[in-house]
Amino acid sequence: MSYDNQARNAVLAAVQANQPSSLPMPKIPRSSPTPSADLVENFGKGLTRMAGSIISETIPDLDKFIRGRFPDAKVICSTVPECTGTIRPEDLTQWSGAANIDVSVVRTPLGVAETGSVLLSDLELRVNTIAFLSHDIVVLLDPRHIVPNIHDAYEHPHFATRPYCVLMTGPSGSADIGGITVHPAQGVKTLTVILKAEQQTN
Amino acid sequence: MRAVDQAKNAEAFLEDNVREERLDKLLWGMRLRRDDAARQVPEWEELRNLASEIKEHTLSNLSHYLIEFEAKATANGVHVHWARDAHEHNQIVHDLLAEQNISALVKAKSMLTEECELRPFLETRNIKVYETDLGERIQQLDDQPPGHIVVPSIHKTQKDVANLFAKNYGSDPNNEDPAYLAGVMRENTRQHILEAHAGMTGGNFLVAETGAVVVATNEGNAELSAHTPQLHIVSVGIEKLVPTTESLAVFVRLLTRSATGEAITQYTSTFRAARKGSVMHIILVDNGRSYRLGLERFWHSLKCIRCSACINTCPVYRRSGGLSYGSTYMGPIGIIMMPTFNVRKFSELPFASTLNGSCTNVCPVKIDIHEQIYGWREVMEEKGQIQVVKKQAMKVADKVLSSPTLYQIATASVSTALDVLPHFAIYNRLNAWGKHRDVPEAASETFHEWYKNHRLKANEVLGL
Amino acid sequence: MEVALMIPCYIDVFYPQVGIATLELLERLGVDVVYPKEQTCCGQPMANSGCYEEARATEEHCARLFGSYEYVVTPSGSCTYHIRNKFTAAADSKEKESLCRNTYDLVEFLHDVLKVREFPWATFEHKLAFHTSCSAIRGLNMASMTERVHDPVFSKPKALLSGVSGVQFVDFERVDECCGFGGTFSVTEEAVAAKMGYDKLAFMQKSSPDCIVSSDMSCLMHLQGCARRQKQNIPFLHIAEILNGVSL
Repeated sequence: MSYDNQARNAVLAAVQANQPSSLPMPKIPRSSPTPSADLVENFGKGLTRMAGSIISETIPDLDKFIRGRFPDAKVICSTVPECTGTIRPEDLTQWSGAANIDVSVVRTPLGVAETGSVLLSDLELRVNTIAFLSHDIVVLLDPRHIVPNIHDAYEHPHFATRPYCVLMTGPSGSADIGGITVHPAQGVKTLTVILKAEQQTN
Repeated sequence: MRAVDQAKNAEAFLEDNVREERLDKLLWGMRLRRDDAARQVPEWEELRNLASEIKEHTLSNLSHYLIEFEAKATANGVHVHWARDAHEHNQIVHDLLAEQNISALVKAKSMLTEECELRPFLETRNIKVYETDLGERIQQLDDQPPGHIVVPSIHKTQKDVANLFAKNYGSDPNNEDPAYLAGVMRENTRQHILEAHAGMTGGNFLVAETGAVVVATNEGNAELSAHTPQLHIVSVGIEKLVPTTESLAVFVRLLTRSATGEAITQYTSTFRAARKGSVMHIILVDNGRSYRLGLERFWHSLKCIRCSACINTCPVYRRSGGLSYGSTYMGPIGIIMMPTFNVRKFSELPFASTLNGSCTNVCPVKIDIHEQIYGWREVMEEKGQIQVVKKQAMKVADKVLSSPTLYQIATASVSTALDVLPHFAIYNRLNAWGKHRDVPEAASETFHEWYKNHRLKANEVLGL
Repeated sequence: MEVALMIPCYIDVFYPQVGIATLELLERLGVDVVYPKEQTCCGQPMANSGCYEEARATEEHCARLFGSYEYVVTPSGSCTYHIRNKFTAAADSKEKESLCRNTYDLVEFLHDVLKVREFPWATFEHKLAFHTSCSAIRGLNMASMTERVHDPVFSKPKALLSGVSGVQFVDFERVDECCGFGGTFSVTEEAVAAKMGYDKLAFMQKSSPDCIVSSDMSCLMHLQGCARRQKQNIPFLHIAEILNGVSL
């Protein structure tokens, strides 16, 4: 679009002409780390405050657990070896097809103790919409991958390399009606994090 | 064009005492939750300083960062567009949709698109727009602009929403349960999301280092709008840049705590490139921002990250309601931004403030909001936007108050004093001050009379 | 020590007893008080209305009159703030520069310059609701603000009042929310100003104070106006009066 270049040049010229004299970039200090015992506890607190659930007991059979927790679920989309489910994301012919998924099962490479967030990217999801068009989501998190705070979280290479990342904290919600927070809004109805060490694959 | 009479609108809002007290209490509650959240972060004031300095550095090097952002985004396969003003922005959006014959768009919340009045522009060109944010959708259905930057429909009661949804969606008007109503919205919007061929989002931050757009939502409707359809359009103001992902963390830690008191939103998302099978466009919008960048006294307002902490703490906003400002952005931040869009229309807004300074002290990026409000008052005088009646009263006041003789004559009697003391002199003093308050009583003698009568000897000794 | 006393225009006309209490209090503390009798106003009402051109003559008169004193003391936080930070209409001069540098609110002067903490002539066996004005808190740093959650809590006016035997403070909600006066705001946005005043009174009244006290008479003028309209007879006192030994 030719008018775009005109606009680009005009905007940049105006910004260049008007911007104040350069002020320095501050150094961003690192927050002090907390002992690792606190990390899992704080992560759990942050998550439950945002209406997510945390399961720290050992779950030997993930498929059985999911069938028990979501008895009405017919379509279970798993991206992890620990769970067979009924479909894989690649089985979806359209991205909107994720709306038919009852439960998505994914693994997150990172949890954040400060907020109770989990990181997900297109790498873990393969079809991004399985994280928000599906009705419920179960996220496996290796407790060794919980970092203290948001500064630490943003050091993860995903933010520089992946097309899409989300720091997800609890299920979708809204406080737009009368200031009362309700779940869900448009996205997943529940979010369950299962603390489970990553399987060693050969 | 007439100036928005915020005072009159506020007075009308106050007539419904129940609604006003409800809004006031709700938003003060948000301010208190903000305080609680800040207490959890021992380095809170340090974060504010950092955020302010990062933004000042970025804005003072904005051309450099814009160029860097554009290069990185383009390398990611994203199409970057530039819009000088609202109209150009709207035209670009329209053309992107029209060239794919797209006639329906799902949209996440974006104050910038409100600023540009995108929806009416598209709707008159036969493109349907479905807001996916609950608050925005409520306002859209009610044909009202947002009343608050973060919770657009906060001034509506549960009953209001129940009635609105009943009218538009055929739901139960007697069921006021917010969970039920959110469910009605979810059901009715899902189909639009699944069928849409295009989705639009705004952007909270642009990261120059990676060419990414960061969007924070509670609902997840940014990704729903961005990734379900095959076309993702992002509208974002040029001031939203931050230099690096590292610096982004500072803002993410401040934003939601300042807004609602939570540590973070449910979805804080980074869109760096289109998802597979889709195309992503970013429109960088100026619309007066480069102009504002050159205003020595006011450019710091560009640091704003749209948290609404200033709005929640503002005692005037909470008694006036957001719609009283007649503007896209309301409350303290609105007062210092809107005059740059239209100095005449918004000439009264800088006076919708007691200059108490609470806003400045909750602002996560340390904008000197109340100082800028004061500054805009001086600009209004320079630009001849002060009402004639008020200016006349002030002229009289200055004449009398600069002359000891005139002053002492005027203050010898209460009624003449009331004509001259500026607080009472504006308009008709009894109509204004006295509508809801008693006028102060006259003292039997003024201080200067008492001093003359009782202490004159002392003055003489000191040689006055 | 010599001090020039500046009495705000509305105290002059409506609350001369506050000026008298200020004068007497300073004299009790051994200060030589001069009252320049040609004084009128500091110009704040015009400047805050945006009519800063219309504040010029008043400000210049004020600078001429007070610009040769080492200490100028006024029982008003808002006037002090205006003179210290916003005295921009007056042309620059040595007197203006001196005035801006040497003006103190009464509480500041007592707390920081005289460093007095005891008022042995005064007894006040009552519960008071103390209102700290926005100028005092956020303009003059006379007390901590609730927005800054990590700052140590302090209050210079309360520290002074604690030196009066019998004084009890009552707590109330939204302790540092603006009362709604805001200068000419109180008239141009009358409905909002009144509601803010009514709300503040309601919060205070919940704790059943015997009186309402502040170091800014402008706030009290507004709150008193609201209270009397609601037929509430609760007394309103300036801090100077209590420190000087007034009884209810």
